[in-house]
Amino acid sequence: MSAITRDEVAHLARLSRLALTDDELAHYATQLDAIIESVAKVAEVAAEDVPPSSHALPLTNVFRADEVRPSLTPEQALSGAPAVEDNRFRVPRILGEEA
Amino acid sequence: MSLIHKTAAELGALIAGGEVTAVEVAEAHLDRMAEVEPKINAFLHIDRETTVEQARAVDARLGAGERLGPLAGVPIAHKDIFATADMPTTAASKILEGWRPPYDATVTSRLRAAGLVILGKTNLDEFAMGSSTENSAYGTTHNPWDLTRIPGGSSGGSSAAVAAYEAPLSTGTDTGGSIRQPAAVTGIVGMKPTYGGSSRYGLIAFASSLDTPGPFARNVLDAALLHEAFSGHDPMDSTSVDAPVPSVVEAARNADISGMRVGVVKEFGGEGYQAGVLARFHEAVELLESLGAKVVEVSCPSFSTALPAYYLIAPSECSSNLARFDAMRYGLRVGDDGTRSAEEVMAMTRAAGFGPEVKRRIMLGTYALSSGYYDAYYGQAQKVRTVISREFEAAFHQVDVLVSPTTPTTAFPIGERADDPIAMYLADLCTIPSNLSGNAAISVPCGLADEDGLPVGLQIMAPVLGDDRCYRVGAAVEQALESRWGGSLLSKAPAL
Repeated sequence: MSAITRDEVAHLARLSRLALTDDELAHYATQLDAIIESVAKVAEVAAEDVPPSSHALPLTNVFRADEVRPSLTPEQALSGAPAVEDNRFRVPRILGEEA
Repeated sequence: MSLIHKTAAELGALIAGGEVTAVEVAEAHLDRMAEVEPKINAFLHIDRETTVEQARAVDARLGAGERLGPLAGVPIAHKDIFATADMPTTAASKILEGWRPPYDATVTSRLRAAGLVILGKTNLDEFAMGSSTENSAYGTTHNPWDLTRIPGGSSGGSSAAVAAYEAPLSTGTDTGGSIRQPAAVTGIVGMKPTYGGSSRYGLIAFASSLDTPGPFARNVLDAALLHEAFSGHDPMDSTSVDAPVPSVVEAARNADISGMRVGVVKEFGGEGYQAGVLARFHEAVELLESLGAKVVEVSCPSFSTALPAYYLIAPSECSSNLARFDAMRYGLRVGDDGTRSAEEVMAMTRAAGFGPEVKRRIMLGTYALSSGYYDAYYGQAQKVRTVISREFEAAFHQVDVLVSPTTPTTAFPIGERADDPIAMYLADLCTIPSNLSGNAAISVPCGLADEDGLPVGLQIMAPVLGDDRCYRVGAAVEQALESRWGGSLLSKAPAL
């Protein structure tokens, strides 16, 4: 049995905001199935009582002083924007026509 | 000897002594780049004028009596994943084609402060995902030892540039082996510092709990000098280690390993390893013994599950990190015709801008993090990560360093694994455990494999913040082997 179906890959693509073609979905379904099968080996390690590590080293929160410091100007912040209007990022509509 | 064949330490001394200018050194390397780039393709961006201008500024600073470090005026090739305000930064992705960051990464600004001269930005696997640079959106880089072979990856442009004498030094990033593996297959030195020892600020993120900037060089001392130049605590990176940089330069000059305890990891070797790689590795172990080290065998049984754990953790982090490429604030935007929604534009842009490996990893990570699968995949991988760290800890109670081959095989032919992601992932079998546990690890050349005459790397792993041990053992191996070979391994490479 395959670990992942084409429909599931289509769902993952949607969640990942990747507009994939039908051919791509079929191709990735085969590859992801093989990869997931091989990474499933992690289950072989008996680790029920082991705490998970999200990180290599023990970490604590780092805070900085709440001071005003130099930062990017609006021009710098907008310098790589695909579209700009009135000193702001111009984006496609985010709500439906009726909203 | 021509300027391009000198070490970084030698060039720094010549420039400091006024025997040659930084401009002359930069121009010699720019000429070499013009000559060999058509064959190697190590660079994504070269800008002769900006480079010469930087060199001129360093000459002026030195002329004015400013005290810069030992690498002042030395040229460097910079991986195109570090933000540079005066050069494009693309991560070898179409989604960032032509992007100019409004700021410098911390590594970049420290290079500038130390007076290093940036020759250009080097090629990589897109967003550092890969082991061959074949995943670059701008064409693959070729291995100077054999142009039909891969230069390793993801930092393959950086390894090839140094191995082809286009630059004495380069930067890389190592998330699963992306410095050590390219160094091994091109016959040079590559170091992954302790996680958090070098800053991630301004480094385009792939897997934030693993990404580690580090140096490439043609010898151990040069790597240590560069390591020292850009490492150390950075308040702009919340995971930066607030501790002094280990005394790596001193260790590289010391090279005395008598009485050191060296552990050979039993689990690395056997099936899947090339005979010529194992032969050079076993010789290197004998050499360590002859230099006075005590060699013992060490078992780390869970290292065999490091690769699967990594291929759950890294894609999970990548799927989250790469969500920032949303076609709204910078980078590519596709399909914005006035009728499509932001979500449609986002999905079209990401489909057009990301290459196949990046898409695979984003979807794999999204899968591993989805409810219903989280515990079995991402959660379990995080537990395996703990187990692996504990095995390292136990091993470092017994020994000072661990050694293994850096890679299971020498450089493979371009195209051989391009369509087989699982085969490609195996290139990082021996390097990944150190990323999961965050400890320091270096690759140094240890000879040529008999079957193909290609370089083999010896990996030396040291505990967290024990980076100096990597350099000490690496320098001892280098010294002994170079006197046996009558020169560097790289001097045996065919002329380009």
